[in-house]
Amino acid sequence: MTHGTATRTRTQRLRSIWHSDFVYSFRHAPVAVASATVVLLMVLAAVFAPLIAPFDPFNPATLNLMNGFTPPMEPNAFTGESFWLGTDDQGRDVFSTILYGMRISLFVGFSAVMLALVLGVVLGLLAGYLGGWTETIIMRVADVQLTFPAILVAMLIFGIAKGITPPEYRDQMAIWVLILAIGLSDWVQFARVVRGATLVEKNKEYVQAARLIGRAPLAIMLRHILPNVLNPVLVIATISLALAIIAEATLSFLGVGAPPTQPSLGTLIRIGQGFLFSGEWWILLFPAATLLTLALSVNLLGDWLRDALNPRLR
Amino acid sequence: MAKTVLSVRDLVVEIPTRWGVLRPVDRVSYDIAAGEILGVVGESGAGKSMTGNAVIGLLDRPAQIAGGEIWLGDTRIDSLRGEPMRKLRGRRIGMIFQDPLTSLNPLLTIGDQLTETILEHLPVTTAEARARAIAGLEEVGIPAARDRIDSYPHEFSGGMRQRVVIALALCAEPELIIADEPTTALDVSVQAQIISLLKRLCRERGVAVMLVTHDMGVIAEAADRVAVMYAGRLAELGPVREVLTRAAHPYTAGLMASTPLASQGRERLRQIPGSMPRLGQLPEGCAFHPRCEIAQDRCRLGPSPHIEDGSGRASCWYPLHNMEKEDA
Amino acid sequence: MLAYVIRRVFQSAIVLLIVGLVAFAMFRFVGDPVDNMLGQERTQADIERLRDRLGLDLPFPVQYWRFLQEAAQGNFGLSYRQGRPVSDILIERAPATLELAAVSGVLALFVGIGLGVFTAIRRRGTAANLIMTVSLIGVSLPTFLIGILLIYLFSVELGWLPSFGRGEVVDLGGWTTGFLTISGLKALILPSITLGLYQMTLIMRLVRTEMLEVLRQDYIRFARARGLRERSVNFRHALKNTLVPVITITGLQLGSIIAFAIITETVFQWPGVGLLFINAIQFVDIPVMAAYLMLISVMFVGINLIVDLLYFAIDPRLRVDRTGGGGK
Repeated sequence: MTHGTATRTRTQRLRSIWHSDFVYSFRHAPVAVASATVVLLMVLAAVFAPLIAPFDPFNPATLNLMNGFTPPMEPNAFTGESFWLGTDDQGRDVFSTILYGMRISLFVGFSAVMLALVLGVVLGLLAGYLGGWTETIIMRVADVQLTFPAILVAMLIFGIAKGITPPEYRDQMAIWVLILAIGLSDWVQFARVVRGATLVEKNKEYVQAARLIGRAPLAIMLRHILPNVLNPVLVIATISLALAIIAEATLSFLGVGAPPTQPSLGTLIRIGQGFLFSGEWWILLFPAATLLTLALSVNLLGDWLRDALNPRLR
Repeated sequence: MAKTVLSVRDLVVEIPTRWGVLRPVDRVSYDIAAGEILGVVGESGAGKSMTGNAVIGLLDRPAQIAGGEIWLGDTRIDSLRGEPMRKLRGRRIGMIFQDPLTSLNPLLTIGDQLTETILEHLPVTTAEARARAIAGLEEVGIPAARDRIDSYPHEFSGGMRQRVVIALALCAEPELIIADEPTTALDVSVQAQIISLLKRLCRERGVAVMLVTHDMGVIAEAADRVAVMYAGRLAELGPVREVLTRAAHPYTAGLMASTPLASQGRERLRQIPGSMPRLGQLPEGCAFHPRCEIAQDRCRLGPSPHIEDGSGRASCWYPLHNMEKEDA
Repeated sequence: MLAYVIRRVFQSAIVLLIVGLVAFAMFRFVGDPVDNMLGQERTQADIERLRDRLGLDLPFPVQYWRFLQEAAQGNFGLSYRQGRPVSDILIERAPATLELAAVSGVLALFVGIGLGVFTAIRRRGTAANLIMTVSLIGVSLPTFLIGILLIYLFSVELGWLPSFGRGEVVDLGGWTTGFLTISGLKALILPSITLGLYQMTLIMRLVRTEMLEVLRQDYIRFARARGLRERSVNFRHALKNTLVPVITITGLQLGSIIAFAIITETVFQWPGVGLLFINAIQFVDIPVMAAYLMLISVMFVGINLIVDLLYFAIDPRLRVDRTGGGGK
């Protein structure tokens, strides 16, 4: 048997991954494939925004106020310039602002989820493994926080942080404050799942054995317990990403998020809403559609992932 | 001989999967007469519960009946769907589940659950249904049934709950009871009580009982005849004393040797080597041949002989005991 | 049960104390309250007098205790921005938010549970799949976008409904209501749909998941095996058991409607508490933020408590003892 596995070639291994249940169900779920593709494309577009965007919307030198309110695909009445998705009031190319806005939305979303994930996993592991007072305090705080909707917690953290930062740095710090606010409002989910799984694994014989032979708690947590919680953490992270993107957009839309100097998709929608009644629909519609596509794709991916990694729920 | 209540002929249950079609029940045939208890025995995954579910029409998707016939009295029921089948359930076929802790609805009193079943199937008033419910509870041995009928399931012990479950299965006076591992979840001391209750009800009411279990002890105690299942197929079928004392199929013999029956407690227990194959990986020929000590080429190549009720006893080319004389 | 109620009340009190501490810390340490409360022209004497009146030189626990005492009487000081007592502003604006939340809550609850049950029962049906897909779009669609879309469609394009404000309101002794005028009711439609839609999708998906879980339980199989009608199985047996776990989360969802009102109120310029809060954050008006936080905590904790006590009404297992309830 061991001989057989040792001589397995690389292709065989790849083939076995290709035929594994996980990849199989992925290949046979058109929705999953489509949403994964969309997410991937959008992430790439955001990362390479400076290369793709036809204009740099934040460089005043390239802006021409005369280009303001150009409708999509039509030449401007004064300058004759034409823009795919039109321009906003200041003559900024909507397509370019969307690319840059998506960059900020995704950056805030990913960073906030990473923060929440690291915080949640660490606290969950500690709570589950150490028990006692550590557990009581961590889980009590989690319970209290869970009493309130995450968006409210995020707003509050944002408000407090805004109060603490000196006014002249507020715009500069806004993005980081957003990440902090959304990240801190979202760690509880991770902590709960990780703690639950840790409690289960802790009492299994192999962990007991590892403790008996004197492995350090940290090593046990990392080697034996952490791998067992990766699946649910991955699912939660994906769903959290959608929630974080929406939370960021909401905060920015409400005017307590990304500043107009660094507009995210939410800020763009906030700006666009002002032109809803005057007929310049494209300033609102395209950022809104982008946000919806992004959030929906991530949600669909998360939904599929949850089903695929958790056969019981199918 | 009493009249035949249930007659299963060449029943096939299939589950289409992406690896191909599985057959958890493969051409199984047996009869159960009124007042008779047929024990269906086998390891988990042998298809015994699936047979019961097929009879009462409660196969979980995507499992489906793919062949054969099921007759309940003069009615052919394997092709019934929807409303006609629903009216049959509870009324003509009662079912008892394994775990009395989970088979009663925790939020309804046992009286509610009994009367709703009675009212569904019998033309009686609510008051009559309640009286019947109390009588039913008394019949299965619930003390002070009149006072306890408005209790919730969690107020009863496990054994008492299983009695309630039996009362529920019987309350619309069905001809056939399918008891799926009715004692497995119970304490040993309670098991015997439930078995003797089942036996008594079967005799008194003339109900046919299909007793699905993996416990040879329960079979020996309760069944009149026994059907041994292996990998979805019927391995052996015959009167319980015959099968227990003079097993014809090597699998039955192995099963007996590995069971600590009180009457044969002297020898050391023996194990059958290997384990039952998974449904997707059934060997050619007789499904048991890889584990069989006396298997010949014939067992590996073609299907083993088909048994029907009354014709032959074991699905084996080389039975350990001759089967000319069936009745004890 | 009494012990349980006492313990829950005690826990709620602790949560409120912790939230109070957060609110107080905000008030005390975010920015300098003295700086914020006095205008540009201030003397050292003014500062001293205010420091003394606010008790800023007292030990921290004493200050916290005084804050709690004041808060309990509804006194949160003056708004930095408006210079009026925070409590006055809150009372003035509360009816708008409460009416909006009540209408949205009822909408979300009834439609959400209804659709959840439907999609669970018709799990494989076309309509159910369509609803599930649409609901996923609903979850991905941020509340503010829903509001904007509705405004665009019904106010800008069709011109049927107002896009902002409460319309005409009637003052009933300090409580302004929009329920009594046509324009008030018309103004409620779009905001309450906007606010209720997200909660509705969540409740629907939750009810569906729980119901599917319940439909897999043994007692549902047993109810089917007794030949009960689908309607009875689904609604009498399954729905009640579904609602037990659903009720907590639903309660929390309804509570969070008050919080989500912030977004809806901003989109529709609805003169409620939420709009007040968002403005407070923009202008770092700490007393208003602190007061809003305390107010909303009292509501949440109250709802949580009520929800927990509701369990007793629904689940008979809990009425006897807390520890003995097996299963879920």
